[in-house]
Amino acid sequence: MTATVKRLLLYTVIVAVALAAPSIAPDYRTQMAFLWVMIVFALTWDILGGQMGYNSFGNILFFGVGMYVCAVIQRDSSLGYYPALFLGMGAGALAAVIFAAIFGSGILGLRGHYFAICTLGLGIAAGEFASGWDYIGAGSGMVTPIFPGEPGGREKFFYYVMFALAIITFPVLRWLYSGRFGLALNAIRDDEDKAEAMGIHTTRYKTTAWCISAFFLGLTGAVVGNMIGFIDPRDVAFAGPTFGVWMVLMAILGGKGTLWGPVLGAVVFHITQEVFWTYLLGWQRVALGLLIVLIVVFFPLGILGWARERWPERFGHVVEEKLDARATE
Amino acid sequence: MKKTGRGDFSTMDSIQLLFQAPVLSVQLLLDGMLIGAIFALAAYGMALVWGVMNVINIAQGEFVMLGGYVAFFLYAAGIHPFFGIPLAAVVLFLFGWSLYKTIIFRVVDKDLFISILATFGLSILLQQLANELFGADVRTAESGFGTLMLFDGQVTVAEIKLVAFIAALVLGGLLLLFLKQSRLGQAIRATAQNARAARIMGIDTDRVYAATFGLNAAICGAAGALVSMTWIIHPYLGLPYTIRSFMIVIVAGLGNVAAVLAAGLGLGAAENFAGFIFGAEYQAAFVFGLLVVILMWRRFWLSRQRRYLK
Amino acid sequence: MKLILEVSGVRKTFGGVVANNDISLKVPEGKIIGLIGPNGSGKTTLFNSIVGYHPIDAGAIRFEGEEISKLRVPQIARRGMLRTFQQTRIYGKMTCVQNMLISVPQREEKWYSMFSRLDADDTEKAENLLEFVGLYSKRRLRAGDLSFGQQKLLEFAMALMTKPKMLLLDEPTAGINPTLINGLMNRLKRVNTEFGITLFVIEHNMRVIMNLAEYIYCLAHGELLAEGRPEQIQNDPRVIDAYLGAH
Repeated sequence: MTATVKRLLLYTVIVAVALAAPSIAPDYRTQMAFLWVMIVFALTWDILGGQMGYNSFGNILFFGVGMYVCAVIQRDSSLGYYPALFLGMGAGALAAVIFAAIFGSGILGLRGHYFAICTLGLGIAAGEFASGWDYIGAGSGMVTPIFPGEPGGREKFFYYVMFALAIITFPVLRWLYSGRFGLALNAIRDDEDKAEAMGIHTTRYKTTAWCISAFFLGLTGAVVGNMIGFIDPRDVAFAGPTFGVWMVLMAILGGKGTLWGPVLGAVVFHITQEVFWTYLLGWQRVALGLLIVLIVVFFPLGILGWARERWPERFGHVVEEKLDARATE
Repeated sequence: MKKTGRGDFSTMDSIQLLFQAPVLSVQLLLDGMLIGAIFALAAYGMALVWGVMNVINIAQGEFVMLGGYVAFFLYAAGIHPFFGIPLAAVVLFLFGWSLYKTIIFRVVDKDLFISILATFGLSILLQQLANELFGADVRTAESGFGTLMLFDGQVTVAEIKLVAFIAALVLGGLLLLFLKQSRLGQAIRATAQNARAARIMGIDTDRVYAATFGLNAAICGAAGALVSMTWIIHPYLGLPYTIRSFMIVIVAGLGNVAAVLAAGLGLGAAENFAGFIFGAEYQAAFVFGLLVVILMWRRFWLSRQRRYLK
Repeated sequence: MKLILEVSGVRKTFGGVVANNDISLKVPEGKIIGLIGPNGSGKTTLFNSIVGYHPIDAGAIRFEGEEISKLRVPQIARRGMLRTFQQTRIYGKMTCVQNMLISVPQREEKWYSMFSRLDADDTEKAENLLEFVGLYSKRRLRAGDLSFGQQKLLEFAMALMTKPKMLLLDEPTAGINPTLINGLMNRLKRVNTEFGITLFVIEHNMRVIMNLAEYIYCLAHGELLAEGRPEQIQNDPRVIDAYLGAH
């Protein structure tokens, strides 16, 4: 079996299991839908954090923007449920991209820790701002419209929507990383000054990368707002200390800068979190905080990062002598 | 006109009010500066850790919060919370020292992002721990001080705020004295300038780092005790304090004590004015938003000289 | 003789220190020009000024007739003038081949070029250049895992990949095994004669620079001390003094 066939087989199995899941375990539909949310969180964070070296604590901004824009459209438009929802999703994604483009021009010029802390402030400022703005419900938040259809239908529908979003995000990123875009991001990560000195349009790449993250996060926000049904500015939409931090953690746990790393990290983290919630009730947040510290301090390479150090040949880092054809040239 | 959700008062109304009644500005300025000294204290601690060990401590605000709880529990036990200042300093020093010995020492040599993430994780851990152990309720440690009347009673100053202001200055002064005169203080300053040279000269840099981190926690603890007396404390007051400290440090620089104080007072006043003009519910938004603005402005200023924030 | 680079009266200070004072020099197209001087004489600062790493306080810098002193580093790089670094900078976590592929010329880039696929021709060119510098067998290794000397060669290959018109090389033989220096020198000469790339080289190794360059400028204490052909410079007492110090 060639590598491609193996890969396609893996994908098929995953997709088949994922499609059947809501029917197999109907009680866990929301948790499983959140698994896809976590995967998109981790993948989109990794574009900037792992591939490009810009560790953002503020990606939650785009998530929240998408969520609110969609909810407002759903509230104020006179369209039916599904048209309003999809219009809202599109508008939410667009709004998120616009935010990324605007803030990106200023903030992406910051390096290293300044960027990290600035985005931290941005994410939380958004939450505070939303808590005061009456048009979007201020501190009381907003509710999204009721799902038309039989009870239990909502969980199932949004599970599939979220799953679709995840399996679109993955190949898009895969395509990006396999071309010049991925190389440029990595170059910026490894030595941005060198990249500039070589003439690379670093600003273009940085802003586009953030806009791509924003796009998928905006869509995700719109969907999650409808999955949960209730939008709280600080705890759901601009949930910096929860979702915002988890984005970072999952990518690191799985191995940042790889494609499968964030996916792996998201799966492991999500399962761990669900276990904590079930068995450590009351102390689950404390346990999660502890987990963050432990991972960052003791396991910063993450699963795939550790694997790459251990077995570099598996990742293609080998010394390859000339093939005979070349030697005769 | 923007509605701020405070009944019928809008932003424009508030600004007009400031011009019509200048004594209001005096009140806001005074209140702001008094709390600003406490900000400056926490900021100085952050600058210390940053300058000596190259660690940006995101859990700074949590040290403040914990110090506040020490003072509060003292008060709840019937002792005057003023004794909370030294007690919080001692408790937090030991806490900071232990944190260094268990966790922080592992991230000192790694890149700055790892230390930011680690201390951020710590911040979340401490927040949630406090929430579980102490409850989410807002607390104050009553100090039993009265109110001072100035300008024919037009401006009121809570005496405790004045006392806290002086205490903050005294603590800051003591810290400076310690750093200049004591052997440990000199060792700290030497390590900050050149850790390798310090090590070669026989200074145990690991101990210096532990002491510095502990010292920082102690300062924050004392600041927290002051906060619990003049204001309120709750498990989640940490992050705004961290952000305030960070802002003050980047505006004032790592070495300049007077600048740290000035920046702290300025920030306190600015926050107070913002809270009045935009509404109290936007005050936190102002703090975090200001961070973004300051960093973007600073980057713009540096890039004109073609130097980058590294 | 067409001038590809013309530096006139350049002055650069840092705080109170005058790093470059009234430096003027000319680099004719297609030649190899040397820049020597004791440590601290301002050579790297001059390089930094030329490539736009920092603004200059006074003077003019013209590349192919165009005034470039107000341009930023990436803009100047895209015009075909590239520099290598004294401490050697490469993209550590990427493989050698990837380092090469991201170094394709960025001159005619439209915004959608960001998403272009990796070209087989580019890959072949990258592998050829890697072979040229002797790194072909290491091409799949991560650049950060190479030795310092190998990284220097990689950096050189990357610069060539951008199809530059002119290269500013900052101590290209520093840290290279002495037995390999001759090989590097030959490659530098070939790059100049075969590809027509103008070289402006900072060097401390006198044997190398006297052999390589057709004309040499000598800096000392931030000022231009002497200039001339290698034979002239070698025997110039001021140059000898500057290197040995006025003891």
